[in-house]
Amino acid sequence: MSEDTIATDNPLNASQESALAAIVGAMIPASEEYAVPSAADPIIFADILTLVKRHPEPVVEGLAALDDIAESRHGGPFSALGDEDKAAAIAAFSQSGNQHLRAIVSMTAQCYYRDDRVMASLGMEPRPPFPKGFEVEQGDLSLLDPVRARGRIWREA
Amino acid sequence: MAEQPVDVLIIGAGASGAAVAWSLADTRMHIVCLEQGDWMNPAEYPSSGRDWESRAFGDMAISPNRRGRPTDYPVNDSNSPIAVANFNAVGGSTILYAGHFPRFHPSDFRVASLDGVGDDWPLDYETLEPFYAEDDRMTGVSGLSGDPAYPAKQSVLPPVPLGKSGDTLARGFNDLGWHWWPSDTAVATAAHDGRDQCINLGACTSGCAQGAKASTDITYWPHAMRAGVEVRTRCRVREISVNDDGMASGVWYYDADGEERFQAAEVVVMACNGVGTPRILLNSTSEQFPDGLANSSGLVGKNLMFHPYASIQGIFDEELDGFRGPGVCIWSKEFYETDESRGFVRGFTYEINRGRGPVATAMTGMMSGRIPWGAEHHRAYRDLFCRITGMVAICEDLPEEHNRVTLDPELSDIHGIPAPKIDYTLSENSRRMLDFAVERASEVLRAAGATDIISESPIAAGGWHLMGTARMGKDPARSVVNEWGRSHDVKNLFIVDGSIFVTSAGVNPTRTIQALALYIADQIKKRLANLFD
Repeated sequence: MSEDTIATDNPLNASQESALAAIVGAMIPASEEYAVPSAADPIIFADILTLVKRHPEPVVEGLAALDDIAESRHGGPFSALGDEDKAAAIAAFSQSGNQHLRAIVSMTAQCYYRDDRVMASLGMEPRPPFPKGFEVEQGDLSLLDPVRARGRIWREA
Repeated sequence: MAEQPVDVLIIGAGASGAAVAWSLADTRMHIVCLEQGDWMNPAEYPSSGRDWESRAFGDMAISPNRRGRPTDYPVNDSNSPIAVANFNAVGGSTILYAGHFPRFHPSDFRVASLDGVGDDWPLDYETLEPFYAEDDRMTGVSGLSGDPAYPAKQSVLPPVPLGKSGDTLARGFNDLGWHWWPSDTAVATAAHDGRDQCINLGACTSGCAQGAKASTDITYWPHAMRAGVEVRTRCRVREISVNDDGMASGVWYYDADGEERFQAAEVVVMACNGVGTPRILLNSTSEQFPDGLANSSGLVGKNLMFHPYASIQGIFDEELDGFRGPGVCIWSKEFYETDESRGFVRGFTYEINRGRGPVATAMTGMMSGRIPWGAEHHRAYRDLFCRITGMVAICEDLPEEHNRVTLDPELSDIHGIPAPKIDYTLSENSRRMLDFAVERASEVLRAAGATDIISESPIAAGGWHLMGTARMGKDPARSVVNEWGRSHDVKNLFIVDGSIFVTSAGVNPTRTIQALALYIADQIKKRLANLFD
């Protein structure tokens, strides 16, 4: 089967999927210091692909723009480039202001920052907000003293 | 297929439809409400899942065009710098609102007399005050009495916590000698009327799974239904029909199966918001009303007011509330009243919006260039995570007839009903107010310790408040409904939503929408013997 054949409900073919993984991995790489995976980590990337299936158009368009950059700067499609040229093409794409970049960034952020390992690294419990909720300090209402001292400011009508 | 006639037919089960239904229920009239959306299940709200931030980009997005639920209708807002935000369900847009719940100020009803712009309202703060108080009880308003920016008013529940974010910004306001006060909110800080108290989920604008936020599906509607009001969901109204006497005879609508039906009614009440109401009125043409129903003034759909919003956020060195706690916190009325030396008339409210979640932090950082791609991502992200707080400025929008809702000639909903088309231009007064608001907010944030400022003005997606498109007034040539909400042209047609606003004030409109709905219901009840005279 050709790698360009879409055999599932995945809107991306194999080369597009590989290019997207390269983009998100370059966007958010793994870090030993913070004990976090890359956005191209299999679990996170599978989550990203689930989101892409719901809104494929901007991602497909964005990947086409990446291919255009690869062609114009490196003389071939992104999938045919060596590692160094791929990194350069992705860097150029990240700076391109492409209108579809926002969607790729958004989908990556949505999936990366709900991963258990990432949340743990941020000091968050890996859980949804409900039903446990969160604690918030009541704050210091004596800070209102100068506001009270100033007196009424509403306008008679 | 025709239904048995009802006494009162309410179109829309949102903020105003719920309030008017509840109030009219004690008449024991046969009241039916048609709502195009569904009942929401709070257990399915985003904060119950790990994808709670993600769903705000999808099925719980504020834009009906992005959300695209079968219960939504599309809006052509391509000719507006501010996009329409709404939600269609029992509860309407209160499902997604933040719960900011300010009253209008007395001066807001007298802008022509005081400042020579817009028009005065045909009623005043004092007239609405008892209905504000009634709405406060039904809503369970949290706040702190004694705000010097308002006449005396009582809060039902204690204020939401200031938190680290509120404390920090309060010190900034104090440093400059500017007003601030804990916000009045529709977020229950203690158990109230069968609702549980807020547990700081932080996802208020995607629906409150805890039931602490006062969306009207869990405030007014249970009471109204126990009193006998019937709510029919997935019923989308196409048009209001009239009889030979020029009175509304009922409405044509599509039911949950897509079947066209007619519901006859003695009284029709529009409660579909400042875009949905003119859409239906303009689509209700007949020989007697060729330009749309209740439109002899030509003002149906005109004078659309949003609130132009600016967002001004600071980045701080210390950890703040971040993703924890309701978005509502404190407000400032320092620049609410007119001071012409500022270069604009009228004013705005600052509303502090506490913090943001992990995904929103990443989006803010990456889209503003503060979080780079690559190895530096993680350090830069942590410099922002739980370290952003700030405010929005909600600016008074003055009525201008060229800002309007019309029927789109091409776009329509799934039933073929024309979609609303928005034509809106930001006025020079609004631009100056927004610029001023960004500058002053930056001063507050710096005074509070911010090391960097991020602003957006106007907020392009922020058309939350839809007002003015069927304004109230005593003069039939200059208004659509009279001073108690009845159409000048059709004497059994009432409008109770934000369409009837004469001016917008510089505050969120829901509390005033509901107070007006209760006031109009009260007027109807007092005039039942001669309602159509």
